Amino acid sequence: MKPDVSSSGPPLVELRGISKRYGDLLANDGIDLAIEPGEIHALLGENGAGKSTLVKILYGVIEPSAGEILWEGRPVSIASPVEARALGLGMVFQHFSLFDELTVAENIAVALSEEWSLSSVRGRLGEISRTYGLALDADRAVWTLSAGERQRIEIVRCLLQNPRLLILDEPTSVLTPQEAERLFETLDKLAADGCAILYISHKLEEVRRLCRRATILRAGRVVATIDPRERSAKEIAALMVGAEVGEIRADAPHRADGELLNVSHLSMPPAGLHGQALTDIDLVAHAGEVVGIAGVAGNGQSELFAALSGERTAGRADAVVIAGQACGNMGIDARRRLGAAFVPEERLGHAAAPTHRLSENTLISHAAAEVSRSGFILLNAARRLAQSIVRGFDVRTPENDPPARKLSGGNLQKFVIGREIIRRPRLLVVDQPTWGVDAGAARLIRQALVDLAREGSAVVVISQDLDELFEIADRMAVIHQGRMSPLKPTAQWTKEAVGLEMMGVAQAQGGAHAV
Amino acid sequence: MTTFEAILLTIVTASTPLLIAAMGELVAERSGVLNLGVEGMMAMGAACSFAAAVTFDSTLLGVFTGILAGALMASLFALVVLGFAANQVGSGLALTIFGLGLSGLIGAPFVGARRDPVAPIEVPGLSDLPYFGRLFFGQDLFVYASIALTIVVALYLVRTRSGLRLRSVGENHGSAHALGLPVRRIRFLAIIFGGACAGLAGAYLALVYTRFWSPGMIAGRGWIALALVVFAAWRPAWVLVGAYIFGAATVLQLHAQAAQFGVPSQLLSAVPYLATILALLLLSLRHGRAIGAPGSLGAPFVPDR
Repeated sequence: MKPDVSSSGPPLVELRGISKRYGDLLANDGIDLAIEPGEIHALLGENGAGKSTLVKILYGVIEPSAGEILWEGRPVSIASPVEARALGLGMVFQHFSLFDELTVAENIAVALSEEWSLSSVRGRLGEISRTYGLALDADRAVWTLSAGERQRIEIVRCLLQNPRLLILDEPTSVLTPQEAERLFETLDKLAADGCAILYISHKLEEVRRLCRRATILRAGRVVATIDPRERSAKEIAALMVGAEVGEIRADAPHRADGELLNVSHLSMPPAGLHGQALTDIDLVAHAGEVVGIAGVAGNGQSELFAALSGERTAGRADAVVIAGQACGNMGIDARRRLGAAFVPEERLGHAAAPTHRLSENTLISHAAAEVSRSGFILLNAARRLAQSIVRGFDVRTPENDPPARKLSGGNLQKFVIGREIIRRPRLLVVDQPTWGVDAGAARLIRQALVDLAREGSAVVVISQDLDELFEIADRMAVIHQGRMSPLKPTAQWTKEAVGLEMMGVAQAQGGAHAV
Repeated sequence: MTTFEAILLTIVTASTPLLIAAMGELVAERSGVLNLGVEGMMAMGAACSFAAAVTFDSTLLGVFTGILAGALMASLFALVVLGFAANQVGSGLALTIFGLGLSGLIGAPFVGARRDPVAPIEVPGLSDLPYFGRLFFGQDLFVYASIALTIVVALYLVRTRSGLRLRSVGENHGSAHALGLPVRRIRFLAIIFGGACAGLAGAYLALVYTRFWSPGMIAGRGWIALALVVFAAWRPAWVLVGAYIFGAATVLQLHAQAAQFGVPSQLLSAVPYLATILALLLLSLRHGRAIGAPGSLGAPFVPDR
């Protein structure tokens, strides 16, 4: 696996035989990787392939069980992020390592060494912002910022330390397409200045746009190192997944007349300290269709889900109408009785009780007659129900009827969605159905959602994953700062138009929607 | 000295130990550690300081012993919650029970002993001013120290790099660890500081406030200090306000009881608590967006390595 980039000296950093074991699980298994100065190197792989573990080892956050790291040809041991930064490594985390209550300048200063005063941080912040086009206001508190702005803080924080190698972990997962393009321009400029970049992603298009070399991980091992521009997306996907990924089958939508969900002029104050208010939301879902709601995280998706499910009730009953019944003031169980079903974003702790067995977890949404009688749980019925969900949705369990926390993310998500679909709901509302789920499970879940709609139910999918919505939604809308764009057939949307709505640009232009 | 002056002076004496203990707990909580052992650490501070002061006939030595006792109790707590990542609520409650018991044992030989009053620091001329002279310029060293402590803690948290790191660790210990901040070292020092303050507050109670030792003399002040931190939304200046409101209400209700207005004494005893809650509630409402608790408060930290 000799690097094909011509360079006289040793690589900037080289990993040799890196392994990391967690109990029975080998998260990294003998990984070799070399990065040249000024190179943008992609690290590709599915969720759970071991990408995050590998970069955490490189950044000194976790310790490898075996293997060595060479920095410019010299063996080094990186025992902490402080040592990593001293070597010249910078890292932009997937889930930002920011402090919500602190200001931008404070967030940057806290990571820097002693010689930086708060005022010198401000000075350099302005400089770096201008050079790389990363606009930031030093005195804003982080909780008021968008995901794109938050990521800029992380990047500026790294750049202030003049890194030789910048690591970015899934940087575009929270960005709009336009914000992502701006990020790519910044990265191109950085690489041209000689900074090496390790770019971690599972999105092929970005990798082909940015990188000349990509190392592909699967199940903790390196399966190939390739030039991503010379291979087709399909080939690379097959390398990542280890098998061909099928496409979602969907007949043309046959929209029935039945209007199963009608939300009109729904407004709600924010629930918590940093919550998002909902303003004048309209949404209609018919029998037989999948309605997709796109948006950058934190723009009111959780609030909308809570309002639809009845976790928070609206003041007016007619704000939410399910299957012809005004139920804005009803709780979640009353709405279930109308034939609705709900799958929240957080699977462990919200959709399922972590320490309860799968059979006990069926009770959460099947409280009606099937699994309990006069207040007593029908244990056998619950077990049979759990069994049929496990079989019907290909849930891989480590033991018979395990506690929910023992399932992997993908398997638990299949169980949770299966638990709702098996009730044959007339309306299903799902928040982030495939977040952090491997490709196989994601495909199964999407297919199940489409199938449910084709059988005559209405399905509302709230998702940050634009590719997912374009794949399964019949009609789409975008939520931005608690306001909803018009709901249009998916064919009439382009990614650019969705991106503009996600940033609120289209709404700011007085409803002139770019198509 | 007029009655008015005397009342003002007793208010200061009643408020000072609350302020000192609460300021220590505030620093610990801003670093993300909830230490419910304040009552026990104060009891140990009181017992040990009184024992040392009587034995060596030195108030100064007594004060240092009290501080040391509080810090030692806190280091025990730190070992359990940082070293073994034990539940902070349970560990803190255990520390209180342990401290109350052990202080009774240490203090037993000294029941009945008395200390002379600590001489106030008087500024010539100024302390003789009518009404407020003694209030501002004739207090003992502890009172000035408690005010200085508040100012230093407030400036430390907002203006210094070290204070910024402490707040970061309390806000989100996962992020702080990922950035390479020494989460456990910072928390250890914050817990020790909290213990030292609780010990000092206990020493004040035994050496200045009552000038004797008796088991149960802390009388829930540790819990009040804890509550003050919460109601003051983790802000030093508000803790100062809260401590003095509580002190004032305590003294005034005692006078009201003595005057026999026909209000049940139990009701009057509850007034300081109600007044403090009400005042701090109004304060936080007026400020609009109140800051919540530090994000990682009470959560055990286990570095993932």
